[in-house]
Amino acid sequence: MSLAEQVRLEPLRRPSRAPRLLLSELWLVFGRRRNQVLLVVLALVPVLVGVAISVSTAEVEPGQGPPFIDRVSGNGLFLAFTALAAVVPFLLPLVMGVVAGDAVAGEAQAGTLRYLLTVPVSRTRVLLVKYAALMVFGLVAALTVALVGLAVGVALFPSGEVTLLSGTTVPAASAVVRALLVAAYVAVSLAGLSAVGLAVSTFTEVPVAAMATTVVLAITSQILDAIPQLGWLHPFLFSHHWLAFGDLVRDPVPTGTLASGLLLQAGWVAISMAVAWSRFTTKDVTS
Amino acid sequence: MTSQVLAPQPTRPAPDSPAAVRTTGLTKRFRGGQVAVDDLDLVVPRGSVTGFLGPNGSGKTTTIRMLLGLVVPTSGTVELLGEPVPRSSASVLPRVGALVEGPAFHPYLSGRANLMRLDAADRTVDRHTSGARIDAALDRVGLGSAAGKRFRTYSLGMKQRLGLAGAMLRPRELYVLDEPTNGLDPQGTREVRTLVRELAADGCTVLVSSHLLAEIEQVCDRVVVMRAGRMVTAGTLDDLALVARPSVVVETSAPAAALAVLRRLGATTASVDDDGLRVRADLPDVPVEDVTRALVLADVPVRGIGRSGRSLEELFVELTGEGFDVAG
Repeated sequence: MSLAEQVRLEPLRRPSRAPRLLLSELWLVFGRRRNQVLLVVLALVPVLVGVAISVSTAEVEPGQGPPFIDRVSGNGLFLAFTALAAVVPFLLPLVMGVVAGDAVAGEAQAGTLRYLLTVPVSRTRVLLVKYAALMVFGLVAALTVALVGLAVGVALFPSGEVTLLSGTTVPAASAVVRALLVAAYVAVSLAGLSAVGLAVSTFTEVPVAAMATTVVLAITSQILDAIPQLGWLHPFLFSHHWLAFGDLVRDPVPTGTLASGLLLQAGWVAISMAVAWSRFTTKDVTS
Repeated sequence: MTSQVLAPQPTRPAPDSPAAVRTTGLTKRFRGGQVAVDDLDLVVPRGSVTGFLGPNGSGKTTTIRMLLGLVVPTSGTVELLGEPVPRSSASVLPRVGALVEGPAFHPYLSGRANLMRLDAADRTVDRHTSGARIDAALDRVGLGSAAGKRFRTYSLGMKQRLGLAGAMLRPRELYVLDEPTNGLDPQGTREVRTLVRELAADGCTVLVSSHLLAEIEQVCDRVVVMRAGRMVTAGTLDDLALVARPSVVVETSAPAAALAVLRRLGATTASVDDDGLRVRADLPDVPVEDVTRALVLADVPVRGIGRSGRSLEELFVELTGEGFDVAG
């Protein structure tokens, strides 16, 4: 192609309004082999739990193991709830810590950050796009567990009308909707942690350091949450209402704790994004 | 290519248009006190190809990072194409193609996919021409056939080419190319020079940095020389060629007599080479013919005589106090 032809390819018409960078970011996150493996590992959890319950003859008392595990053999739809309860404390924070910690630090280490910024993409936009992609990834991760849980539960166990924790019985379709709502709540519960991870990620050019820091913070938060003497602190820990989704399996749904959980996440997102923004928009990009 | 035939752009700038790059008092002091760039007044006129020279660590890359808004100056100002950076980055940087401290791409994506990502990030381009522009850029740097391979499998030269393709995803008015020939073989280096000439012929301004004078000497009409964060000299190559005053070299079996004649002609520095057979003198204003006649009239046996221009390379070594890395 001649130079003249190339020059004629000058941009025209109006600037594009399509969220091209966000789509590109999603493609980057979901196209990455490591992240795909993480999703597969999450999907294996309901499979593992389902198979273990179906081959075992041991009686499980209510209160033993992850929530709802005693109900799965009676109604397979409960497998989705059990699997979500099983991944929320550790596996899911680990997965989000890896993806969030990598968000900015990974691009800084690869050097792609400087080329993104000289396109130019404003630093605020980089943060917002990265964060939006993290939220989508969190939602997909939670939905993966819920949907695989529902599928495996239906395949291995009897299903049908579901008796909720409150004693009410609802049709199976309603239980499926509730499982998806639980997945959505779990995804939103991770909003704070994702924002913390993104903020940490702006402080280093070593992605592994950002990932480890984020995971350590997630674990520390839960340890503090388990110490009764620190009761005053508990309402402020981002992991405090992570397991409140059990309320969605009651009828009527008690919304108080769930609402506190969402508010708590909003607070952590606001603070973490402010930290990320003030750091990222002023830092010298020398990587 | 389809119907969008627009007037070729960028056009040659009006003579009174602002400089493509202008910095005033540009200074960067990193935490820890190290001064990377010290009070730099850099001017790159529109339409010029300016070589940005200096040994490694002389502040070239930090300067380029400040030009592009990646590093915040400690003091001083930057203007690109007449607009202040970083305040007007959003409007001015789309008109600037840049290669900063080597190419950097996502290793597990193909060359084409990497360019797609860069293009997707640019809000000011038409996404419908994205594929065509990416193909054009890849063809232009000779990567068309390797476009589908993962970046991690590229050789250093191919990576460098992909970086150049990224800078040329759309027509620009200014190209800032940091060490574009780094890692390229002689053939690749020639191609980059041709590319820079094409860009210049098109009316673009090019600021091209290198620690190897020889690699860019042929394409530049101006040079700026840096040393330890400061500008040592700046001007056209012709200006500098005058500074690099040529000397007269006489091959003779009577060096002492030759020295005497040369001194009489006005040589301020005259010396005998180590082999004792050549005499060198600084006589910029005396034609060689006159020197020859004077030597013959003085009965000095002359085996050979000629001008030996002190090369620009030697001048730069002198200016920067360090040798340019010739191994490259």
